[in-house]
Amino acid sequence: MQVNDNKDFKPVIVAFCCNWCSYAGADLSGTNRLNYPANVKIIRVPCSCRVNPMFILRAFQKGADGVIICGCHPGDCHYTSGNYYARRRMTLLFSMLDFLGIERNRTRVEWVSAAEGAKFAATMNDFVESITKLGKNRRLEDLRCRKQ
Amino acid sequence: MQKAMIEKAKQLLEDKTVGRVIGWKQGEFAYDSTPAVFKSVEEIEENFVFNDFTASNVSKYLIKESKNIFGTLVFLKPCDTYSFNQLVKEHRIIKENVHVVGIECNGKLDIEKIKAKGISGIKSIKNENGVLQIETVYGNETLNFEDALAERCLSCKSKKHVIYDELIGEDGELLDSNRFDMVEELEKMTAEERYIFWREQLSKCIRCNACRNVCPACSCEKCVFDNDNSGVANKAPVNSFEENMFHIIRAFHVAGRCTDCGECSRVCPQNIPLHLLNRKFIKDINELYGEYQAGADTESRAPLTDYTQEDCEPAVVHERGAE
Repeated sequence: MQVNDNKDFKPVIVAFCCNWCSYAGADLSGTNRLNYPANVKIIRVPCSCRVNPMFILRAFQKGADGVIICGCHPGDCHYTSGNYYARRRMTLLFSMLDFLGIERNRTRVEWVSAAEGAKFAATMNDFVESITKLGKNRRLEDLRCRKQ
Repeated sequence: MQKAMIEKAKQLLEDKTVGRVIGWKQGEFAYDSTPAVFKSVEEIEENFVFNDFTASNVSKYLIKESKNIFGTLVFLKPCDTYSFNQLVKEHRIIKENVHVVGIECNGKLDIEKIKAKGISGIKSIKNENGVLQIETVYGNETLNFEDALAERCLSCKSKKHVIYDELIGEDGELLDSNRFDMVEELEKMTAEERYIFWREQLSKCIRCNACRNVCPACSCEKCVFDNDNSGVANKAPVNSFEENMFHIIRAFHVAGRCTDCGECSRVCPQNIPLHLLNRKFIKDINELYGEYQAGADTESRAPLTDYTQEDCEPAVVHERGAE
């Protein structure tokens, strides 16, 4: 695993949060004044299974260093079964990214309920820390999208 | 074999059971063949060919041809029947309009392998009991049939026809294949090595779209990569990201539906081992969600349109194998 030496490096994290649980969880962590890094960009989706594999690749293309998908806990999906499908899809996609040699841990799936503000903040802190260690996303970036 | 097939086609065309025949016709060279639709007995007599090079999987053409009400006769090799069955399962082929004749297959030849032996200027190739008699402009050569067998046929998964109305030749058995060996080898490498391996392979891609166009599972009428607003429609990839994206997404779109027919790698003009991406998905599905062979039946649910409450968490894939 490569280790990043640049102390000033601030990773860009894209978090896909489902509207019913994780987005509300992020909201709760805000109202509770829990800290999590400002470089997490939250994108609200109706359900974790709305996340198309292409979204994740596009996020990496446009400069994300890590992508995290947050959804309701299995069994608690607002649409009954969305997160079960998302779980299978993301498992296969992450395995494929690993197969192509993209660093592990750049992608993650985490189940966060609307009541788990603290878990949301802790997850984001942990994820940002692990991406900071990994360093800049070089293997799935698009040089044309790099900001000067 | 070819004789029996021509007889069968002529018979069914003459008694008006079918109005179209899908098979292969001779291309420019002795080792060329191209899928073709025949409409009359005369065309069959003139052009129909079946030999060791008629490798292409013709099931995909049935999506369009099976809409013809006058019936279509199609010749399918065992691996083609899986693709056909999968398309029937997805309601893309109207089975009632198709008469399937299963044909025995002993593996197909790869002309590149013959050429790699330094044999060029080929005029004709005959298979005499497992030995190829090759007539070239420089004289005659011989080669063992096995030495020229296509890569995908060396790891053939099944000689069994999963769907047919009648058979020419024998029906075979499921085989114990070593098709996941190369995937396993890659899994044992470090991420760095795998990255280098795939960069070398995928950077050859010229986005000719041959893999997509030939794939029986890639049967969307409008493909996501034909979207002009996507920025990647019908153009050569400009950088490593676009090369990766096209192949990841293409493999993902056929995950759980790919029957592992190997056409993608066969048609690739740059010889990228694209089947490895599909096999990786098949291997993962088998390991994580239970053995599944797309096209083997028409009842079961595809792994990606199904779930159980006990499915593993995505993090498990980060815990296995080499990093």
